[in-house]
Amino acid sequence: MPSDTLALGAGIPAPTTEAPWARRALMLAAFGFLALFLALPLASVFTEAFRQGPAAWLAALTEPDALAAMRLTLTVTAIAVPANVVFGVAAAWAIAKFEFRGKALLISLIDLPFSVSPVISGLVYVLLFGSGSLIGPWLAHHGVEILFAVPGIVLATIFVTFPFVARELIPLMQDQGTTEEEAALSLGASGWQTFRRVTLPNIRWGLLYGVLLCTARAMGEFGAVSVVSGHIRGETNTMPLHVEILYNEYNFVAAFAVASLLACLALVTLTVKTLLEIRYGAALAATRKH
Amino acid sequence: MDVTLRKIAKEFGSTAALHELSLDIRSGELIALLGPSGSGKTTLLRLIAGLETPSAGTVMFGEEDAARRPVQDRRVGFVFQHYALFRHMTVLENVSFGLSVRPRASRPTASETRRRALELLDFVQLPGLGGRYPAQLSGGQRQRVALARALAIEPRVLLLDEPFGALDAQVRRDLRRWLREVHDRTGHTTIFVTHDQEEAMELADRVVVMSQGRIEQVGTPDEIHDAPASAFVHGFIGESVKLPVEIGQGIIRHAGRPLGLRAHGRGASTLYFRPHEISRIVSPGEGLSGTVVSYRRVGGLRRVELALGPDDGERVEIDIPAGEQVSTGDTITFRPTNWRLYPEPAADEGHRPLEVKYA
Repeated sequence: MPSDTLALGAGIPAPTTEAPWARRALMLAAFGFLALFLALPLASVFTEAFRQGPAAWLAALTEPDALAAMRLTLTVTAIAVPANVVFGVAAAWAIAKFEFRGKALLISLIDLPFSVSPVISGLVYVLLFGSGSLIGPWLAHHGVEILFAVPGIVLATIFVTFPFVARELIPLMQDQGTTEEEAALSLGASGWQTFRRVTLPNIRWGLLYGVLLCTARAMGEFGAVSVVSGHIRGETNTMPLHVEILYNEYNFVAAFAVASLLACLALVTLTVKTLLEIRYGAALAATRKH
Repeated sequence: MDVTLRKIAKEFGSTAALHELSLDIRSGELIALLGPSGSGKTTLLRLIAGLETPSAGTVMFGEEDAARRPVQDRRVGFVFQHYALFRHMTVLENVSFGLSVRPRASRPTASETRRRALELLDFVQLPGLGGRYPAQLSGGQRQRVALARALAIEPRVLLLDEPFGALDAQVRRDLRRWLREVHDRTGHTTIFVTHDQEEAMELADRVVVMSQGRIEQVGTPDEIHDAPASAFVHGFIGESVKLPVEIGQGIIRHAGRPLGLRAHGRGASTLYFRPHEISRIVSPGEGLSGTVVSYRRVGGLRRVELALGPDDGERVEIDIPAGEQVSTGDTITFRPTNWRLYPEPAADEGHRPLEVKYA
């Protein structure tokens, strides 16, 4: 690097270059921290899961309650993620492309689930739909179950994963501005054609990224879901809740087996995300700047 | 297509971007909207396109009230300042876009669309670049693609917002000439926005000079340059020298000294003239006289800065032939040959000249 040669030639280090020992110390600190707080727990999850061999691990996963938990988690994710995509695109569109009163308020509201403890989010639904609320008894009378049933879990998950897609898209869409949309309109495209053929392709990588993060969170959410689920085995237990129940029953191998599956999901998400960045890094950069 | 603006105005919130104005643009004309930034020229262009809705007034395309139609139905070709090419589409897809989004009934077949897009790429002198992405093109090439894309919808009016603003000087000059050729060949009514007076004067049939949301003057480049309607236009177009003067008994004086120029009226006024429109032949005791403070070569002329009066008075710049040698401290006496008087510019910039004189 020219700056290095220059620094060596002049005998003084460049102002932005640290001494070799400092660089090594910083890297060591970063990697050491990661190893201690991420790699070690992850490794211990898998060690515990396979403590009694692969057969016990498989048995814990194929047990009917575990299968039910997996099905429920997948169902909830399959509903929550598309709902968040629709909401996230709509909110990002509104915020990035229009000027209106209350925009700052809308942005802070989108961030709300980030700042509120998930347990509180769950409790909100209990207060809203519980037997002591206004609509709870009315819904119960009409045979609609929300709390301690799948709808409640879906609602809580949607609430918690609310910001992921929107947060990913807002800066991207703000950065892209509206001139391409204006160009499309001036060429005779309808609003829908403009969205489908100009706006959507321009945000697709950001959107995919948001969907990945949203999926990971939807599958892993514990706090909010725990409050509204009611922990009915085989019915309203998601995978994280199932892990907790097994653990509380001192069934460590089974608990860690399910936990290892969740960890795998996280690893897959991380890998897909990294692959996307490597494979489409250029395309991502190209859609961000001209 | 004739474009007629009738008493059109635009406000953003409580600020007026355009004060009520009217403008007639004839079919096939090449018109420049010229003005400094904030003069409302881009707003006016966007109003014609339908990208903004006027607060008052009407926009007529021929006999049809275009203000009632959304931008999609106006069939205007709009070329954006930063091109606004669809970055995820190839050049060919960009050019085809306008045809491919038509309703099924009037949409040409895929092969017909492709044929016409390729034809347009030939027309804008970019054959063979159809497969590229906008990011792989130079600024000048992107501009041509943007124009081809706008032409593809067979626009009734072609609108260009600072079409050459982001390009370097050489490319600008080439594209300018080329745009004139395109206009002459296609015969589209063309309106373009620019803050570059040279561009406006060289390219346009008529120039609309704008300032602070108002039209200052509409005219051919010759009219604008030789007969500026206001102090603003005089100062904005070309080089101007501005000098406070007093008028009395039909004579114009600066700092008590008669200039050898005659005018009616009396009182304070401001004299405007061009640095090169002067004569060194002056009757004794008349004209502007000053000592040379500095001089420099500007093209084929020598620009001389003079301090008027004995004790470092007003500074003015005049042009003399480059062959003529001067040195600092020399005294030069001259009078303007083509000049105009405007009331004090601070009071009201928009006024007609009091007196015009060609000598």
